[in-house]
Order: sequence, then structure tokens, then C-alpha cells
Amino acid sequence: MLPAVAWYALFFLVPLAFIAVTSLGEVSGYSDIAYTWTLDNYRYLWDDFVGDLHLYRDIFLETLKLSVVGTLSTLVIGFPLAYYIARYAKHKTLLLLLVIVPFWTSFLIRAYAWLIVLDPEFPVFRALGLTGFMERHEILFTPNAVYIGVAYNYLPLMVLPLYAALERIDWSLVDAAQDLGDPPWRAFRRITFPLALPGVLAGSLLVFIPLTGEYIIPVILGGNKTFYAGNLIAQQFLESEDWPLGSAIAMVVIGALTIALVVYARALGRQEQHS
Amino acid sequence: MFVSGRRLLGGYAVLAYVFLYAPIAVVVVFAFNGGRDTLYWQGFSTKWFHVALGTPEITSALRLSILIALGNAVVACVLGTMLALALPRMRPWCRTPIDALAYMTLVTPEIVFAIAALVFFVQGGTRLGLENPLGWQTILIAHVVFNTSVVALVVRARFVSMGQQLEEASFDLGAGPLSTFRQVTLPRLAPAILAGGLLAFTFSFDDFITSFFVTGTQSETLPIYIWGQLRFGVTPAINATAAMMLAFTLVMVVVAYLVLRRSGSERDGATLPGV
Repeated sequence: MLPAVAWYALFFLVPLAFIAVTSLGEVSGYSDIAYTWTLDNYRYLWDDFVGDLHLYRDIFLETLKLSVVGTLSTLVIGFPLAYYIARYAKHKTLLLLLVIVPFWTSFLIRAYAWLIVLDPEFPVFRALGLTGFMERHEILFTPNAVYIGVAYNYLPLMVLPLYAALERIDWSLVDAAQDLGDPPWRAFRRITFPLALPGVLAGSLLVFIPLTGEYIIPVILGGNKTFYAGNLIAQQFLESEDWPLGSAIAMVVIGALTIALVVYARALGRQEQHS
Repeated sequence: MFVSGRRLLGGYAVLAYVFLYAPIAVVVVFAFNGGRDTLYWQGFSTKWFHVALGTPEITSALRLSILIALGNAVVACVLGTMLALALPRMRPWCRTPIDALAYMTLVTPEIVFAIAALVFFVQGGTRLGLENPLGWQTILIAHVVFNTSVVALVVRARFVSMGQQLEEASFDLGAGPLSTFRQVTLPRLAPAILAGGLLAFTFSFDDFITSFFVTGTQSETLPIYIWGQLRFGVTPAINATAAMMLAFTLVMVVVAYLVLRRSGSERDGATLPGV
């Protein structure tokens, strides 16, 4: 156990401490870091947040929107699928494996696959265009392409915990509610959904948290025209060579995530006390 | 006509699986395109696979990816198994933070970990007097961080579910802790360790973000190569490379799944860890 914990400490916690310290430094010369213990990077971000220009604020709000929309869309797409597998499917393990497999294949390849599929010249669209069913679309390199890519790439992460929760449900409860006069939607609202809630919450966390730092999909499918927090951080390291500012932005992301998670856990705890 | 909810959901599930697999299938199909253009089908051909395998950049990137993934899998198996065996025996005040740490390495937005590792390796390495701290070694070290957690999750699920009766019997029959571990626990855990190792292999093999940030100029893994080529657009050779990567990971994941299923409870399949 000790070696693993040492590995985590040295190569995970210490690096995080490094960016915490670096975020308090400044650039000196070309890409060198002077550890000056200054809050300038945070002040710079704060001034932007409250100022008139608010470039960074807009990017953070876009990131929040991407994370929320991504979480909701995977939930909406994934719930009926998980529900079907858990309640009706005959070959549950096989169908579940079919959800897991794309998840374990390369994220990068699954993202760039949409570069082909969303191309206006993609054979399906070409055929539709020739028959006049559809006009030439311009989805690629827009925020919509990013949303499609996110919904696609993160779907398995949502379906797995949803399935785990739905699979434990005793469906005779739902049947009983309906026998006693509940219409299906009310039986769903009063029985299925509350029982599935732990899965919904777990899946939402699994999708929401990584999405706040999403980097690959916006670059590939957004064509560098759409910008999110992950791209902002990467830019400071790859192009601007402003590591202290990049570290400060990363710290802001971690800080915002931590606050959101604490509030989330509190709200959850309060709800459990009530029920 | 009345359509039952079950039929409707079944139809929906079919569509969902099409959604999950169509983009991957498109990449694979177009890898067999005889023409130079990605989007116009010009007959079946395997020539792009020959082109890909004849490109030194691709073969050397493939070799490096496999070597890193192998080394990562071995180290992660050792560390992850130790962690998985130690965790259930720890007191809660000790276990909870380590547990949280293991999960954190999996859900932290990868870009944050990647730049933290970059800052750590560059700043720490130059202080240790290393001229070029970045290379395949840094990729390997960083990959082991989150893959230790992957292995630990898989092995622990098995360890907890298999119970301690055989270990107790072994103690009763006079075997010491070491020989009990070697002759009883380890053989029973072997399938889970193997499955965890295979997953750790694919996780490292497919990783892009962490590798991209902590690699030096000399060490290019396959995902980094693909990323670089995507700037010039998708080519049939890239599709062929991607198709080979997909086939490789597919085999790994399916073998891992079968090993887990054969060895233990059916439910283990559902606990393939996320992210």
C-alpha cells in the first residue's frame, strides 16, 4: 500500500502543489518562472471577471454551459437506454459490454470520427442533398459540433452508473403502483426516478467534472473558434508560455469545482435528512 | 395501434447503439477506401494499412505507445494490487482520504493533471540538474498515477466479493501470511489483476492529453502523432492507423471482460471503472 500512496503523493499531490505555487509566480524572461509569491495572476483574472471586457469570465461561463448541457444531454440520451437494458433486455451483460467498449476505445479517435460524419461532403449528407431533402449544413467547427461530440464521447460514462442503479430496482413495485391506479408517468415519477436517483447523481458527477476541463473536443470539432477553460489553460502552456497564468486558471477551475461539489454534497445530505 | 413502452424503448435502444457505433464504424470503413480522398468512396483496398505500416513515424510511435503501455500496466498492477489489498484492512480515518485520492486521480479534469505534471517535471527536473526532464519516462510515470487507481478498483471489487474463508482456512492449516498470500490469495486474484492490467494497458495506449503535455520533443506516441496529423485534415492513412488502434483496444477490453466474467460474479463486468 505504501508504494502506491507514495506514488500518488509524489506524482499527483506534489504536482498539484507545484501549480498552486506557480500560480503565485510570474514570467521572467522567456517562459522562465520567478516565484515571487504575488497574487497578480488572480488579480488579473478578478479584474477581468468584474471588468467591462470580461473575456475570461465569458469563457468560464461557456465552460459552465458546456458542462451543464453535456451532462443533461447524456442523461436524456442515456436514461432510456439504461432503463431498457436494466428492465427489459434479455442479454444484459452483452448490451452493457457494448456500452463499455466505446468508452475504452480512444477518446481522440471517437472525437475525430465526427470530423468525417459531420462533414457536409459526408456521403449521407451528399445523398440527402442530391434528393433535395436537406440543405447543405454548416455544423462542423461550431459550438453545436462540440456539443454533439461531448454528448457522444461522454454517453457511456452516464449510462454505466444509471444502469447500476436501475438494475437494482424491484420492478414489481412499479407494477404494483400501476395496478393501484397510478398512470405510468406517475409511477415513474414516484417510484422509478427516486430509486434511480443515486445513479443519476453519480453519472452526472462523472460527466460534469471532466467536462469542466474538456480540451480535445473543442479543438478538433470546434475548429479553435470555440474556447473553453481547458483550451485556455492549454494555450498558456503551449502558445503564450505564461505558465503562472495557466496555473492560476487551473486553480480557479479546481476551486470552482471543489465549491460546487461541497454545495452539491451539502444539498444532498439535507435532502436525505428530509426524506 | 397500441405500441408498448417496451417495444418503443427497444427501438430507441437500437438507435442508441447505432449512435454509439456508427462514427467508429465510419472511421474503420473509410480506412479501407481505395482513393486518396477521405469522403469519396473509391473502392475497397487495404493499401492505406500498408502505407501506415510503412511510415516510420507511425511504426516508431506505435512501438513507443506499446512499450509505455506495457511498462505502465506492470507497475500499475503491482501498485494497484497492493493498494486494493491494503485498503479494506485500514481504519476509516486512514482509508477514506486514500480512497478519495484514488478516485480524484480518475476524475480530475485531465488537462489540470497534465499541466501539473508538466510543471512538476520541468521545474523539479531542472532543479535536479536534468537537461531534458521530459521524455517517455515522464509519460510512463504520469500514466501510472491514474492506472494504479484503475487496477485498484478492479482488484478490490474482486477481493471484497470473494470473502476471506479460504484465507482463514489456510491460516488454520498452519500456513503463514506470506505463503497464504502466495498460494491462496494471489491465484484467486490473478484474473482480476490480469483484467486490471489489460485495462491499464488500453488506458495508457489511448491516452492523449497527459502524454501530449509531459512528452519531450523526441517521444511521440500514436495518439500524439494522430493529433499532429489532424491539423492537416483526416486522411485515409490516419483512418487506417486509427482502425488498427481500435482493433487493438477492442481485443484488450473484450479479453479483460471475459477474464473477469469467467473468474467471478457476473456483476464484476458492471464495475469496469470509468474515466
